[in-house]
Amino acid sequence: MTYNLTVSPDFAPDHISGWYFFNTWLQRSLDMAIHLELYDSFEAQREAMRAGTFDLIYANPYDASMLVRELGFQAVARPASQADETVIAVNAASAYQTVEDLKPGCRIATTDDPDVHTIGMIMLESADLDSGNTAIKQHSSYVVGAKSLLNDDADVGFFLKAAYDQLSALIRSRMRVLVRSEIGVVHHSLLVGPRMAACIPAIQTALLTMQDNEKGRRVLDSMGVSSWEPMNSEQTEFMIDLIDTLID
Amino acid sequence: MSEQDIEEMAHVAISYFDGTQRTAALVDREVPYPDGKLIVSRTDPQGIITHANQAFIDMSGYSEAELIGAKHCILRHPDMPAAAFQDLWDTIGQGNKWHGYVKNLRKDGAYYWVKATVIPNIRNSRLVGYTSVRRKPSRRKIEESEALYQTLLAAECKA
Ligand SMILES: Cc1cc2nc3c(=O)[nH]c(=O)nc-3n(C[C@H](O)[C@H](O)[C@H](O)COP(=O)(O)O)c2cc1C
Repeated sequence: MTYNLTVSPDFAPDHISGWYFFNTWLQRSLDMAIHLELYDSFEAQREAMRAGTFDLIYANPYDASMLVRELGFQAVARPASQADETVIAVNAASAYQTVEDLKPGCRIATTDDPDVHTIGMIMLESADLDSGNTAIKQHSSYVVGAKSLLNDDADVGFFLKAAYDQLSALIRSRMRVLVRSEIGVVHHSLLVGPRMAACIPAIQTALLTMQDNEKGRRVLDSMGVSSWEPMNSEQTEFMIDLIDTLID
Repeated sequence: MSEQDIEEMAHVAISYFDGTQRTAALVDREVPYPDGKLIVSRTDPQGIITHANQAFIDMSGYSEAELIGAKHCILRHPDMPAAAFQDLWDTIGQGNKWHGYVKNLRKDGAYYWVKATVIPNIRNSRLVGYTSVRRKPSRRKIEESEALYQTLLAAECKA
């Protein structure tokens, strides 16, 4: 039997090959056939998840919620010290100095990344802004969102902090961070589906010792992850409860 | 604490729902909500604090050791009407999510406003506690809440 792995589309583009290396490494470690399928779109990927296509998912926190509570997945590990944070940025030349300077009609450049969009909108609430009094435009990537800020087609842009930090120095020099989230406890995780549940101990052992050998370390490096940390069900439930308070 | 704070400090007796009382030193000073942060705490089903994140510790002015094991009403500000918390407990008691604006009392007597969401934590169909996550409220919502709570409080004092 071949199992299927997918990865939340919000990883940095330079880590695509890293995920292929990871898949190869995992197949060797577990002595199992695993197929990696990548997506550009969160929505298309979510449909495939709901259709039961996948057994292993490196999921953003928002999808993790659905996977655990509705589809019976279990989180087994998270990347060490990598919390998901959101940055709201403006054009460096703009007059906005604080969130409270923003006014109704504010033009927002966002993506279909559900966590970043949710946290971004929450950080605008203190200016009494919501989806009813702002003009939200969804872009295909953070780079396209950044360009719309630079062209003055948007007043603010929402970015995953890790993606913002990887924009080119030239683009970043023309942008300014208005506010950044400091939540700390919301992060991606690797989840295992019901068909593969029997393999969880083997998967966890493989992941948690990955940095102990040269080959594993090289793969982690190429994914931009220092090591994996274990996640138990209470840690997962806590994160999901927290996300639950953020969505209406 | 500044000299000015000490001058403006007033002592107020706070009565809790369970009949206990404490005297709190109040200072009419608002501590601004920190941008980008979420203030998170968890309680057991009775409202005893079991977890507080760093933002909670920083904003409340209490140490983690003082908070864990304390009742959540440790933060209750006398300007908050009982009706607001009645609505909170009724809502979560029915298994639903509660949203509201809350004025909280810090250990130093100053206050901070939050937009709070409280949800029941269900594990294997059993209620194991509650989680509250607070975020930064808008000035307009704070002003609306102040007006509403004054009205409610006045009605409660008469009753
Ligand atoms: C998860 C949770 C979080 C709470 N957070 C607060 C809070 O931040 N401030 C507060 O005054 N009461 C909070 N409460 C409500 C208190 O438990 C309590 O009902 C309230 O302070 C009023 O006190 P009393 O019921 O003893 O009169 C919270 C309750 C729960 C379950």
